[in-house]
Order: sequence, then structure tokens, then C-alpha cells
Amino acid sequence: MSHEGSPLGKDLVGIEPLSADQIRMILDTAEPFKEISKREIKKVPVLRGKTIVNLFFEASTRTRVSFEFAEKRLSADTVNISSSGSSVVKGETLVDTAKNLEAMAIDMVVMRHGASGSAKFLADRIPSNVVNAGDGRHEHPTQALLDMLTIRDNLKTLEGLKVCIVGDILHSRVARSNIYGLLKVGAEVAVCGPQTLLPFDIGSLGVHVFRRVEEAIEWADVLNVLRLQLERMKGGFIPSLREYNRFFGITNQRLEAAGKDILILHPGPMNRGVEIDSDVADGDQQVILDQVTNGVAIRMAVLYLLAGGRPESAEAAKAGGAA
Amino acid sequence: MSVRPILIRGGRVVDPSQGLDRPMDVLLADGTIARLGDDLDAPEGAEVMDAGGKLVTPGLIDVHVHLREPGGEHKETIASGARAAAAGGFTTICAMPNTEPAIDTAAAVGFVMAEGQRAGSTRVLPVGCLSKGRAGQELAEVGEMVDAGAVAITDDGSPVMDSGLMRLALEYSLNFGIPVADHPEDVGLSRDGAMNEGLVSTRLGLRGKPNASEDIHIVRDLLLAEFTGGHIHLQHVSTAYGVEAIRQAKARGVQVTAEATPHHLILTDEAVEGYRTEAKMNPPLRTAEDRDAVREGLRDGTLDTLATDHAPHHYDEKEAAFDDAPNGIVGLETSLGLVLTHVVGEGLIDLSIMVERMSLAPAQAFHLSGGTLAQDSVADVTIIDPDLEWTVDPKTFLSRSSNTPFAGWTLKGRATTTIVDGRVVWSL
Repeated sequence: MSHEGSPLGKDLVGIEPLSADQIRMILDTAEPFKEISKREIKKVPVLRGKTIVNLFFEASTRTRVSFEFAEKRLSADTVNISSSGSSVVKGETLVDTAKNLEAMAIDMVVMRHGASGSAKFLADRIPSNVVNAGDGRHEHPTQALLDMLTIRDNLKTLEGLKVCIVGDILHSRVARSNIYGLLKVGAEVAVCGPQTLLPFDIGSLGVHVFRRVEEAIEWADVLNVLRLQLERMKGGFIPSLREYNRFFGITNQRLEAAGKDILILHPGPMNRGVEIDSDVADGDQQVILDQVTNGVAIRMAVLYLLAGGRPESAEAAKAGGAA
Repeated sequence: MSVRPILIRGGRVVDPSQGLDRPMDVLLADGTIARLGDDLDAPEGAEVMDAGGKLVTPGLIDVHVHLREPGGEHKETIASGARAAAAGGFTTICAMPNTEPAIDTAAAVGFVMAEGQRAGSTRVLPVGCLSKGRAGQELAEVGEMVDAGAVAITDDGSPVMDSGLMRLALEYSLNFGIPVADHPEDVGLSRDGAMNEGLVSTRLGLRGKPNASEDIHIVRDLLLAEFTGGHIHLQHVSTAYGVEAIRQAKARGVQVTAEATPHHLILTDEAVEGYRTEAKMNPPLRTAEDRDAVREGLRDGTLDTLATDHAPHHYDEKEAAFDDAPNGIVGLETSLGLVLTHVVGEGLIDLSIMVERMSLAPAQAFHLSGGTLAQDSVADVTIIDPDLEWTVDPKTFLSRSSNTPFAGWTLKGRATTTIVDGRVVWSL
């Protein structure tokens, strides 16, 4: 597949390498694709004849399913390869996996892997387009894009908005991709969480750091509440889930104390009663299911653009033209 | 041993042990430095080498290399490592004991000695384990290993986490007159870190090893050396605080020697950008501030010994995601060129100090023969062309491995002849 014409280059391995214009282009390209999912027949022939492999080395339901819907709605042929644990443990190295994919002449690979940098590793070694669906603690670019689209849908703009990411920043690829993306498009970004779960000198990335979640809520227009991986407690990063909820949980009480409208995002899956209380998760400030819906549109846009589709032709493409 | 005498004629002799830095002739006979002087006559049957325009130094010594045999022969063997050392200008190397099985008995030490002799190249001297099986529990049979030829003890590859064991090792080593070499790292702090903990690790989303993980063990080791009177040899120092702590301990008279590696003198954690596994090692490349402190430590002698921590790995092992790749880079064939180009060449130290750090000081730290061209000393000599420009091409390495971050670098200066015991073991 030629990627000469792709306005994104060959791959999407992260948000950090993208320009603000490229980010806005992806968001804009997603707009017309939203409508396809609302049709009776949710299919356009944009990627007909293209083969996409969804290569998931870590368990994931929602991201994999979201990519698969996006691929199928664009009429691509898809193959899912799931494997729990590291491929190295299984005996086949990532480089052999890459070579095998290359030998099967596939067009695109969507990969999730537990090692930071694995997406770039694969992208550097195969001619197919590579889309990073999460690499270790590094980046999860489509998640950040769908988060940005959801914020823009609800608040009309990203520029000048104050977005605070709450929770385990240290282990979070979602946090890094959101930080890079939001800063590029002109939002202000903060993080808040236990200091044990913040990376070294995170402030140097250009974000504010709040020690108390109340202060973060006071400051923010948008809260992006990260899932607290339950195994972090075993790692000793926090003393208990109960205490985490007590000091960092997003509760109605805390939101009401701020006395203003705050948009609540969560990349899912949620631990109700830990990082987010049910009354918030089901409340009227959250847009969590909008995120899920937008996820499919964003992934369609990314696949379309990587396949060489022009952003200005997306409207026509959804009517039936190929990329 | 009946080898032809060698007369090295007209080279610039740089020998800090005698305060020499001027053109002289050097005559080697019967495995020793027979004479040093001006316009020496070649004895009958002698091989005469013209060293005009070249440096003639005591043979270079690397007290920190991993030769992987037994157990890791796909990465390196004692013979291939010795040949790589010879090509890099080294006449003696000290092999770390973290092999499989580990070198923790006299018999194992004897194996390394015998294989080194069989290779007939650069002299290979074994370093024995500090603890049985490198398990960090009980002292290995240090006395027997020293009798068999071990020149130091260490659990390198792993730190000694039990401070009580380190105390015992430092005390017991006093009976045998050897240094205790330590890889200083508190693994409780470094956990499963893959690189330096800093801005780059934050951006790349890689787990970090903080400076403090190294500093704590450096300080611990210095305290224990001071308390016991034992000789601690701190390996591959990479942090600014560590350098300063050693500087202060030396001023107090603590028995401490310490290493700087070429990569910590030249690179920073920025080299990891792009998840380059060839820049993954332990201790990791750190910040520019740390690198500058290591450079200053080398200059003022706080870090008295230049060592490569030559750590070969098969390319398959390094061709992996960053987290999955093993630590370490090869160094024997690039060390001298890197130091001449980026340390001496940039004016940090002069040639005399370079020879001190790469030959005299390591010989003294590990009580080895060599490190000098004084009459009657062992005929270990390195001849260096300081002006020779060359490009690092791992394909040409004599090492079995090619894992280096310096591939493609153009360097100025290279060993052209390496002489061990009066015998040429390598020439360009």
C-alpha cells in the first residue's frame, strides 16, 4: 500500500510526532464518519480489498472492538490476533511477528503491546501502516484523539480549555497522549494523583500538578478520570483502594463543591467507587458513552487518512467512493 | 619463551609511571622491557618496528569485561573477547564472573585462566564471585580463587544487596590483598527500570532507575570500606553525586578506586530516543549534568580507572522492544578511539593522563603486572596511531557481538600493534 499520499505519513505511533494541524485534521475527518454508525447499513467501501490485522498482545475488549467496528464499517478485511502476555514469553519475538505479517502482505496493523516503543519498533520494520493501539506506558493516540473530539463536541473548542487528568499518570499511555495532544491544540493541561503515581518531573512536559483533587476540580473545565489499575495497590503505590477513593475519587460531593459545570471523561473500563463514584459515572456531566461512540469515528478517520484518503474527500468517501 | 626481541624505534613514549613523554626507542626481550633509551641498537635477530609518528604506551588494561564463557558462547567466548581486546589495544583484561555457571570456585577460575592462555592473545585474568553462586548470601571461597589466579572479587551483574555481606567481603579481602569490585545499585529503588529516570523516561513512558539507586550503594560501600579498611572498587560510576561522594572519601583516605566508562563519558540518556536498545545498559546513560561530572571525575582522578564494561549480546537479543532487550554494550574495540577523539581530543585530559587511567591506575588498583614501561617490567606494549581516522563498523569487530551505540561514528586514533609478553598479538 502506498502511503505517499497520506497526510499523516505511514504510521500513527503517537500524538507527540503530530502537528496541531494534523490533529485538527483527524478530528475534522472524523466528523463525517460519525454519521455512518447511525445508518441502517453501517458500511462504506472506503477500504474495500484492504487487509488489516488487529494484533493485541494485551487483553483489551473495547479498543479492539472499536477498531474492528471502524475497519468493518470501512469494508476492510480484518484478522484478529490476540495473545496474552509478552510474545517473547511465547517464544516468538516481535521481530519474527513483524516478518510474518510482512510475508502475508497485509496493508495495516493495529497493535497493542505491553512494551513502550513497540509500535515504533514494528513500524520501522514493516512496510504496512501501523496504528498504535497502546504501547506500554508510552502512548495511546486514538484514545487521546477521541477524548479531544468528545471535548470539542461538548464545549465547541479545545483552545484555552483547562483539562485535568486525574489518577495514575505514571503507568498511563492515555495520559501521555492526552498531554501531548491537548497542549498542541492550545488547551491548558494539569495532572492530579498520588505522587507515587506521577512520573519524574511531569511538570516539564508543560502541565500543572495538583496535589489535592479539590484544587484540580476548582481549576478545571474538564476532568479526564483514569482507570486505576487494581494491581497498582499490590505494587505498593497506594495503601488501599478505599483511601484512594477518599482522597482522589471523583464524587458528586466534590463536583458540587466546585459549583460549576465540569465535563467528565473516563477512558474505561471504570472501577466504580474507586476513581469515580457511580453518581458521577451515571450523572449528567459525564460524556463517557460519547467517547465510546466517537472512538469508532476517530479510528475510521485514522485508517482512512493512513490509507491515503484526503480529509476534504471524507464526506464524499462516506457516500461510496474508495480511498 | 623464545620470541624474537622487538625494537620499537622512534615512537613517542608516553609512560606516566616514569614521567616520560618523548621520542625514545623501546627494546623488548625475553618477555620484559629490556631497555628504554635513545638510538638503541637492534640485537641480532630482532624485529625492528618503525613507530615514527606513533605513540608507544604501556599496554592498556581493562579491569571490567564480560566474556560470557561459560554459558553464553553465542555472545562471546574467552578467545573471541581476548582477540577483540587485542584489536582494541588492550594487553590485559579482567573477566567478570557472571557467567553460567558463575566463576565462584578455584576450578572455575582455573578454567578461565586456561582458556585465556589457550587463546594466546590478550592476557585474560579472572575476577571471582563475591558470593557463592552470585546469590548474595554467603562468601565464595575467596582464598582458593585468589590462589588459582583471581585478581578481585565481585558479584557484578547484580549488586550486593546485603550490607552485612559486603562488610564481610571487604574484611575478608584484606587477608588476600585484593579489591572488592561492586556494581552499586539498590534494586529496591531501581526495580525493573529500563533507563535513567528523568525527562526522557517520562516522555518515552519507560520505567526509570533514579540516580539515588546508585548513589545509596556508592555511599554505603564507601562507609563500609572506611569502616573495615578494605579496598572497594566502584564500577561504572554514572552519577554526579556518586563522583562527589568518592572524591570526598578519597580525601579522607578511604581505600577506594573507581571506574568511568567511555559511554558514560560521552553519551546521555538522549541517546535512548527512538527506543534504541543499543543505548540500553546498566547503570543507564544519565543526564548531561551527570556526564559532565563523570568527565570531571576522570580528569581530576576521582575516577582513576577507565573501563569498558564490555557486555556483548547477540543481535537477536537486542532486536527487541526496549523493555525486553538486555543491558550492555560492547566496548573493547571502540574504547581507545572514543577516548582519544572525545576525551583527549576535546582537551579534557592529556595523553599522559589517558595512559594513567587506561593502564597504570588499573594495574595498581588490581595489583597487576604492567602499567609501566620501566626496565624489567613485563613487555606489554600498545602502539597507537593518534592520527588514524576510522569509522566504527561493527561488522569488522573481532568480538562475536556488535551491540554498540557508536556504529558509524568516525574516530581519530587507533591501536596499530598490541604486544603481550613481548609477543605481537595483534597488528592493524
